[in-house]
Amino acid sequence: MWTLLQIELYKIFRRPRTYIAFVAITALITIVQLGLKVDGKEYAAFVTADLSNSLQVDGKIINGYFVCYILLQLLLVHVPLLIALIAADMISGEANMGTLRLMITKPISRTEFILAKFFAASIYTILLLIWLAILALFLSMLIFGTDDMFLMKNNYAVQIENADIFWRYAGAFGFACLAMITVAALGFFLSQFAENSIGPIVATMSVIIFFTILSTMSIPIFNLIKPYLFTTHMVAWKEFFDVKVNADNETIKGTIQNPGKLINSSLILVAHIILFVSASIYVFKKKDVLS
Amino acid sequence: MQPIIQVKSLSKSFGTFQAVNNLSFTVNEGDVYGFLGQNGAGKSTTIRMLLTLIKPTSGEIKIFGLPLSSHRNEILKNIGAVIEKPDVYKYLSAYDNLKLFARLSGGKFDYQHLMNQLEMVGLAERAKDKVKTYSQGMKQRLGIAIALVHNPKLIILDEPTNGLDPQGIADIRNLILRLSREMNKTIVVSSHLLTEIEQIATKVLIIDKGKKLIEGSASELFDESQTIVEIETLDNDTTLKQLQQSNWKNNLQPKREHALVLKLDRKEIPQLHKDLVAMNAAVISLQPKHSLEDYFLQITSGNQHVDAFTN
Amino acid sequence: MVKQLRKITLFLFIFHFSLLSHAQDMTSLVQKVKAKLDLVNDYVAEGKMKTDVAFIKAPVGKVKVFFKKPNQFKIKRDNGISILPKGGVSVNMSSLIEMNNYVALSAGDAVIDGSKTKIVKLLPMNEGSEIILTTLYIDESNLLIKKAITTTKENGTYEMEFFYGQYANYSLPDKVIFAFNTKDYKMPKGITLEFDDDMSKDVKEKMKGKKGKVEITYTSYIINKGIDNSIFK
Repeated sequence: MWTLLQIELYKIFRRPRTYIAFVAITALITIVQLGLKVDGKEYAAFVTADLSNSLQVDGKIINGYFVCYILLQLLLVHVPLLIALIAADMISGEANMGTLRLMITKPISRTEFILAKFFAASIYTILLLIWLAILALFLSMLIFGTDDMFLMKNNYAVQIENADIFWRYAGAFGFACLAMITVAALGFFLSQFAENSIGPIVATMSVIIFFTILSTMSIPIFNLIKPYLFTTHMVAWKEFFDVKVNADNETIKGTIQNPGKLINSSLILVAHIILFVSASIYVFKKKDVLS
Repeated sequence: MQPIIQVKSLSKSFGTFQAVNNLSFTVNEGDVYGFLGQNGAGKSTTIRMLLTLIKPTSGEIKIFGLPLSSHRNEILKNIGAVIEKPDVYKYLSAYDNLKLFARLSGGKFDYQHLMNQLEMVGLAERAKDKVKTYSQGMKQRLGIAIALVHNPKLIILDEPTNGLDPQGIADIRNLILRLSREMNKTIVVSSHLLTEIEQIATKVLIIDKGKKLIEGSASELFDESQTIVEIETLDNDTTLKQLQQSNWKNNLQPKREHALVLKLDRKEIPQLHKDLVAMNAAVISLQPKHSLEDYFLQITSGNQHVDAFTN
Repeated sequence: MVKQLRKITLFLFIFHFSLLSHAQDMTSLVQKVKAKLDLVNDYVAEGKMKTDVAFIKAPVGKVKVFFKKPNQFKIKRDNGISILPKGGVSVNMSSLIEMNNYVALSAGDAVIDGSKTKIVKLLPMNEGSEIILTTLYIDESNLLIKKAITTTKENGTYEMEFFYGQYANYSLPDKVIFAFNTKDYKMPKGITLEFDDDMSKDVKEKMKGKKGKVEITYTSYIINKGIDNSIFK
């Protein structure tokens, strides 16, 4: 199993395609960082525009932590597409190249084969997120410094103290890993049903885009199905950035407003991963390799 | 001689299409087993079932005396295969591909062993080049190196000469003969071309529409005492009558559309020739073929009047 | 009839006189308070600031407050973000009575925080003034403003309460509570990218119309040691 996983990782990281996602993320992040470095004040004014009727927010709103939050908001919608590029290719790509049949005639059980491939896709996903963290969090911290975070929610604003933020990012990236592995698992599952990688990649992207749109739109009939869409739960990392307050409306350091929601969403995502991977194993074990 | 592959009543259907129908055969140790059939006859499906790529609908496969369904990994460790096109990872070099598949086959092989394998198929000089720069023949040879790298007892080659030029075909043929004679491997090789099989096989199986048509040793099937002669004359009916009254009457076979058919020893052909001249027969053509070739041509031409040969 | 008219005139005269004399009285009180305030040329104070606005969750933060005569005022948070009522509203009292052209009217007495106070209404005479009306509750014996309510043209009404301790001699409070009205607040979704809107109705109701408060508790003052103007920029 370990050998197989090593081989799968070796294959992933020897392919030029693998690095597209890393390059894309690097480009997106540096562009946003540059924009905020140049015009950050404008953006801060724009964000706090509604508050400025009655309040004045002073201080370094555009700091590294805030920039990272913006980047995560933007990118965690797009990163799934980059993950689909690799995950949905894991099996279909090999079928297309013709290497799948050679792999299957090797003395490895199909379950092992599927698990090794899935773990490899997951490791790729995690590495992509680590790269994202290095650029979006650490580089932003370096460029913009750190300070309190002032975030706008739908109905209120939250200010989180500088010293109370880093662990939240650790949690948020951990959660993002879970969310992105869910995407990888979906792509991976769909990857079995075609002998070219375009189909599963497009299918995975479509599912994500479609679900995300449903998750975003506040139409009552959609609201009924929202809790059942995994994309709704993929954004729960934001729960890390809401704080409990005491009776005097002071934030309590180290708290999360809604930990139940976070746990619930995590469990739903884990359930999705288990479902997709077991379904993959089930289908693949029965599959006749005709490619 | 130990049986290496034992297939009993093997069937596979895809929906309503019966790809392999109640097929049974045995491959013994040291055989070069030729697996003949037209494209779509069920050769590939059968080979893929031997390699666990396809699950049989029914029937039993035993390899090295063990049931394939329950001893898959154990069995596959000792098989090397090239299935149709020799597809490998094009973004990797020949050496990297070979190393990768050697590891998957469960062995640790040093640099020298891997290079020796590439040397054997004539790729040592290009070992570090990416496979995407290779010609079809080079890929095929790499495929064979991959099939052999873990020193398997049984080698399965599905249409190994597809898409190769005559030199490439000759190279593969020589390699198969070497593997069989010098390294005592058991080899299963499939093809839709008789000429390829007849030069190397020790045993031949012909299938059509998923069914076994004939199985036998090459010495039997290529036996020259069983040569088939097709004679076409301007007046086949008259010639037939004359032959029925001659010494050749016991050699006569059921008549075909444009030709009379006789089965005889190759050495008797000159005498037949003379007799036909003596009969004043207006001969257009006289074609001798050995029985397997005749048989195979009958199938591949779509003509199914072949019952005469299934004894 | 004439008699009656005279009576009325007399009444009006007396009334007017009494009003005027009263008003003059208040002006002097305000002037005294101001004189006391003038003892402080500048100060740097350290304290803790708490922002209590229903729709803002903010931590208690350490602040430094800078003041310099006549009207320079700045709150700086130690490495952080501070949320203040619009206009940086000078949570300082000198700005309240800094006006020169006003009428100070007495509006009775009240007890604030256990001390007797005079209620003084300050009306700016200047048409262009941002402040429409300021009501001060002045502790006459200590010449301290205990509470102030200011109505502005643009930014609504503020209410300030001052609690004094060891710096009472300089008219500097230990604690200021600044209350203001907040307008309804709703973020456009495009900015926040928040998918779900799962706040319960009663929580939302609770947030509406609640007054915002900024509370500063001072721990120390450094008075009249001079401050560089650059701080206020």
